[in-house]
Amino acid sequence: MLAYLVKRVFQAIAVMFAISLIGFAIQDNLGDPLRELVGQSVSEEVRQQLRDELGLNDSFMTQYLRFAGNALQGDLGTSYFFKEPALDVILKKLPATLELVMGATLIIVGLSVPLGVYTAIKPNAILSRIIMGVSIIGISIPVFLTAILMIFVFSVEYGWFPSFGRGEVVHVFGSWDTNFLSADGWMHILLPSVALASIMLPLFVRLIRAEMMEVLQSEYVKYAKAKGIRPFRIYFVHALKNTLLPVITVGGVQIGTMVAYTILTETVFQWPGMGFMFLEAVNRVDTPLIVAYLIVVGFIFVVTNTIVDLIYGLVNPTVNLARMGA
Amino acid sequence: MSLLSVRDLSVKFAMRDQTVTALNHISFDLAKGERLGIVGESGAGKSITGFALMNLLSRPGFIDSGSIHFEGEDIVQMSEAQMRTIRGNRMAMIFQDPMVTLNPVLTIGQQMVETLQAHRKLSKAEAEQIAIVKLREVYIPSPEERLGQYPHELSGGMRQRIIIAIALLLDPELIIADEPTTALDVTIQADIMELLLELCQSNKVGLILITHDLGVVSQMTERTLVMYAGRIIEAGRTREIINDPQHPYTQGLINALPQQTLPGQRLKQIPGNMPGLDAVPVGCPFAPRCQFAVDHCRTTLPELVRYGDVEVACHEVNRLHETRTEDQSA
Repeated sequence: MLAYLVKRVFQAIAVMFAISLIGFAIQDNLGDPLRELVGQSVSEEVRQQLRDELGLNDSFMTQYLRFAGNALQGDLGTSYFFKEPALDVILKKLPATLELVMGATLIIVGLSVPLGVYTAIKPNAILSRIIMGVSIIGISIPVFLTAILMIFVFSVEYGWFPSFGRGEVVHVFGSWDTNFLSADGWMHILLPSVALASIMLPLFVRLIRAEMMEVLQSEYVKYAKAKGIRPFRIYFVHALKNTLLPVITVGGVQIGTMVAYTILTETVFQWPGMGFMFLEAVNRVDTPLIVAYLIVVGFIFVVTNTIVDLIYGLVNPTVNLARMGA
Repeated sequence: MSLLSVRDLSVKFAMRDQTVTALNHISFDLAKGERLGIVGESGAGKSITGFALMNLLSRPGFIDSGSIHFEGEDIVQMSEAQMRTIRGNRMAMIFQDPMVTLNPVLTIGQQMVETLQAHRKLSKAEAEQIAIVKLREVYIPSPEERLGQYPHELSGGMRQRIIIAIALLLDPELIIADEPTTALDVTIQADIMELLLELCQSNKVGLILITHDLGVVSQMTERTLVMYAGRIIEAGRTREIINDPQHPYTQGLINALPQQTLPGQRLKQIPGNMPGLDAVPVGCPFAPRCQFAVDHCRTTLPELVRYGDVEVACHEVNRLHETRTEDQSA
């Protein structure tokens, strides 16, 4: 177990190294940092001097090592726009994004299992056909369109839900304000969460359905029936546990992807999270903030995947984590 | 009253463009504690018979007509809920491949306890006690530890023993064993069969043993059904069927046994293949492969009729029997 953990941590470090290298390398192609810092009224001589002072004339490797060294100490550069450490800016925005992802995850987990199981058990029922049909529509429509349509219908036409922002949030600690502790917060987070879930939910329903149908054909399900086990137990204990093993793996990757999808959702709903912040940073050519965002998102991706793999090992008795460490 | 009484049982499979008949008017009886063998080639309908007896045919298969009386009650007419109280409780099944029969994510203990709890009001601890007793009966070493183990931690032979223990958990009246040793090593096969025989005899459990191995049938069972293309073509006491088979197909099966061939000789196989379910010929289904077939055989289906001590479905059984007797006396 420990050996496996160490192995996974090393793999994670390797991935982070690659991400940081890519993030750092694109920095140079996003415009001249000096223009952002000093504007246009400074003479060429002073610019050269500043370049030297900032180390911009050093070789790529020297610059990268400096960047990586700073990054390891939690310094991902200073945002040009906010004039604050980029990491601080992101961490302030992070809770809003994570809450949005959490809201969407709750919807996905809460609905995909019952819907997937139902459509697998009753593949020919009318309701199953409707669910499968709607899921195709959900997958096909891009998130931003779903989001705009939802605002149009539920905010503009009916006025049931607010169309933007986080509304009234409750302070928890540090920079974490939560939506989940006030009615107004719930009202605000609902539409964005649904929009964010609109692609992943159908994907999971279909995935669970396909896996479940295969598992229901297996010998051990037939055997459970031959033992006189009740259908409810066969579906939810015998079949579902086997169904969810591959779903967990896919789910880990998708949670990471969802963090990336928040860019669209947050922009449409003016959600003050890091996705929205990232789009603003791109518009302002706030290079350090862009790079810091890439690295933080990459970090979230790597961490969730590592955790999911560990969970998989714990859930699946045929995976021996101790042996896999060797 | 017999334990099991099957009358005119027909099973069909609804395929996309046609409905094929997999079991064609099967009738047989099984007395309490009796051991019956069902033999035949792959596709003859042996396993389908087993699953039909449990009312466990999965789509597209279904029981088309006939009755299966188990202790006087017709299983075919039973609701799913009624049927569930019989499955695993009064009638248990042993599957073919122990490597895929047990659920990989549940422990042995969970899979045993749930079976007991499905049929009796027992606490987990009580159920585990019964499980341990049964595991001991099938000679599983340190059964207490096994309860916490997952199937993949055990060998195939061990798993099949556990499946036999599960079959015995609720002291059933009938065990249906569908080729219980085909997936196992030859060395373990004999052990498992011996164990099954011993337990059936000591607990007075009826056994239906589905197999293609005539040797196993002769050791394990008292009566035998020989199946071909979804029909019973010969039925009777195992000893008579093995020693003096009447149907040309049964004779072919016995002659094909390696024991019947001298070293260096080619095995005597039955020429041709069994017809597919969608292409069963009119007349005797075995006629195209039968060296004794006459015109009559190709046009009229032979009924299963009593002939001496056995029942045979062959028009020419008389003539064949006489020729054989002459050959022997000559």
